[in-house]
Amino acid sequence: MSRTVKIFLIVMMLAALFTLGGSALAQAQTAAPTTDPTGSATGSASDLSPAAQGSNLTLQSLADEVGHNKVATSFIWLMVGFALVFFMQAGFALLETGFTRAKNAVHTMSMNIVVFFIGVVGFYLVGFPLMFGGVGHLATLGSIGNLDGMLQVAKGWGILGYKGFGGAGLYDVGILAFFLFQLVFMDTAATIPTGAMAERWKFSSFVVFGFFMSMFLYPLFGNWVWGGGWLASLGANLGLGNGYLDFAGSSVVHAMGGFTALAGAIVLGPRIGKFNKDGSPNAIPGHHIPMAVLGTLFLAFGWIGFNGASTLAGGDFRLAVIITNTFLAAATGGLTAMFIMWKLYKKPDISMTANGALAGLVAITAPCAFVAPWAALLIGVVAGALVIGGVFFVERVLKVDDPVGAVAVHGFNGLWGVLALGIFADGTYGAGDNGVASAVRGLLYGGGGQFVAQMIGAGTVVAVALGLGYAFFKVMDLVFGLRVTAEEEIQGLDLPQMGTLAYPDFSGSAPDWVAPHPSGLGAPPGKPVPAAMASLPVEKGAGA
Amino acid sequence: MKKVEAIIRHIKLDDVKTALDGIGIRGMTVTDVKGAGKQKGYTEQWRGSKLNVFLNPKLELKIVVPDDMVESVIDTIVETARTGEIGDGKIFVTNIEEAVAIRSGIRGDEAL
Repeated sequence: MSRTVKIFLIVMMLAALFTLGGSALAQAQTAAPTTDPTGSATGSASDLSPAAQGSNLTLQSLADEVGHNKVATSFIWLMVGFALVFFMQAGFALLETGFTRAKNAVHTMSMNIVVFFIGVVGFYLVGFPLMFGGVGHLATLGSIGNLDGMLQVAKGWGILGYKGFGGAGLYDVGILAFFLFQLVFMDTAATIPTGAMAERWKFSSFVVFGFFMSMFLYPLFGNWVWGGGWLASLGANLGLGNGYLDFAGSSVVHAMGGFTALAGAIVLGPRIGKFNKDGSPNAIPGHHIPMAVLGTLFLAFGWIGFNGASTLAGGDFRLAVIITNTFLAAATGGLTAMFIMWKLYKKPDISMTANGALAGLVAITAPCAFVAPWAALLIGVVAGALVIGGVFFVERVLKVDDPVGAVAVHGFNGLWGVLALGIFADGTYGAGDNGVASAVRGLLYGGGGQFVAQMIGAGTVVAVALGLGYAFFKVMDLVFGLRVTAEEEIQGLDLPQMGTLAYPDFSGSAPDWVAPHPSGLGAPPGKPVPAAMASLPVEKGAGA
Repeated sequence: MKKVEAIIRHIKLDDVKTALDGIGIRGMTVTDVKGAGKQKGYTEQWRGSKLNVFLNPKLELKIVVPDDMVESVIDTIVETARTGEIGDGKIFVTNIEEAVAIRSGIRGDEAL
């Protein structure tokens, strides 16, 4: 076709388009106007359900409609929150994989996706009933079913729920909406240890951990705080403020994940080449910093739902305060970490800056609903400093290898979050929380009892996560084996553990001296690992 | 025939390529390489720890030319790849036994 013909056809088509469009416009002007210039006229009595139309329209039927709509806004908000928090799985996957080496990328990514599948099953069958089996009627979700099975050591001192095992009694829209939202919180906690234990954790052992975390460890402490358990009852029973409070999970999710991660990293031991014989640490840079930064942004995005939708009610407009506080703390956390690193090491270290933003987010998660924005700014500043101190403390004092900084970000800042609630809560929100009529007040506003309750909760989460976590990992190590072999670790976990390389086309992703593996995957036979590289500990093996 | 292997800086590839084109040399194989010479590696920072990377990234050009072209190729590369700073790279020259063009089967200088 010649150029002229083509141009002619295009011009003809445009002409036809304008002609048709013009006639449509003319028609619209002559027809009766159906516009809604203020945007407030759409929706009227004729949109009510048949049960409230015409002669059926009574005060009662109208009130029913209003109640239905109130619950509907909560459902929508909760499902938006569920979607946002679910997306945090993608954030964790990118963050953890970006901060680790290319030779372990499939392994790290796999842990982050599989932990979700495990969690859904484990939490539905066992975890959710243990955690929320005794939570009672879900007021904002209008549930018809009632979760009223609470195991108590004395009246008012619950320790575990027991209604809903195997899904029995959960077949209710309100309960399932609540389940979905709580599910993604549990998965956030379960995926935190995969970062601290990355690059050396046996995959089969991780799978067992996924079930343990979703079915037992997470629901245990969760029940005590959110399921109506004994920590929540500290206010009603002992007069300690509103009882232990953690709005969206600084402790229930993050400190739980962070200290379990610490227990796991202690039992697992450091990666080969992380520490020299004199105990000084080596740098083992991550392989994909843009991926890690993107993961951090995904996490911040998901946090809108994590904190915001934790109102469990779409009509609770405190959510604007909550989300504002969330982003203020993220910003000051990131900036503080950046400026400290800039001052100390002459460069604004991006990996620590990303950790700083996450630290701010973790720390604001418990107090976000109860504090004023100025306090959120301050909480973020402390978090940004605490995360750097925490990373150095874990690495240089405890001598524990945490590749992504999970212990400092989630563990230490989770504790800071619940304590910050006990300090800065200003008495403008939370009336009726945990069955105590007054609003929540921290230390600065005369709420000494609340601060004591927060201290008790913080101590408890460390004891549960570190104690039970350590016991679990120790038993796993003895019975099942927790760590891959030195040969597998040096080669990279992708081929021997997963059978797949992340980047097969990149030279260097499969070292040519890899050891033969019993599975037959990995290496040409008869090429042993050089003895100097396989022995533990290594003098200088960073980046091997 | 000789093979000229030149290790050069990444940023100099365009200059070298254009200059070689000017003396009629079009065929070359370019590889990303890492190596160490007088220029020490570089230091990276990661979460407050220093990491000394011993090897520097360079490009390696492999060019096989008829014997009478070797000197002009070497001169051209030295002229264009040079910055005067440590780390400009090296040139190595070796003998080549035979060359075969796979498509036509032509051998020797004609195949280049």
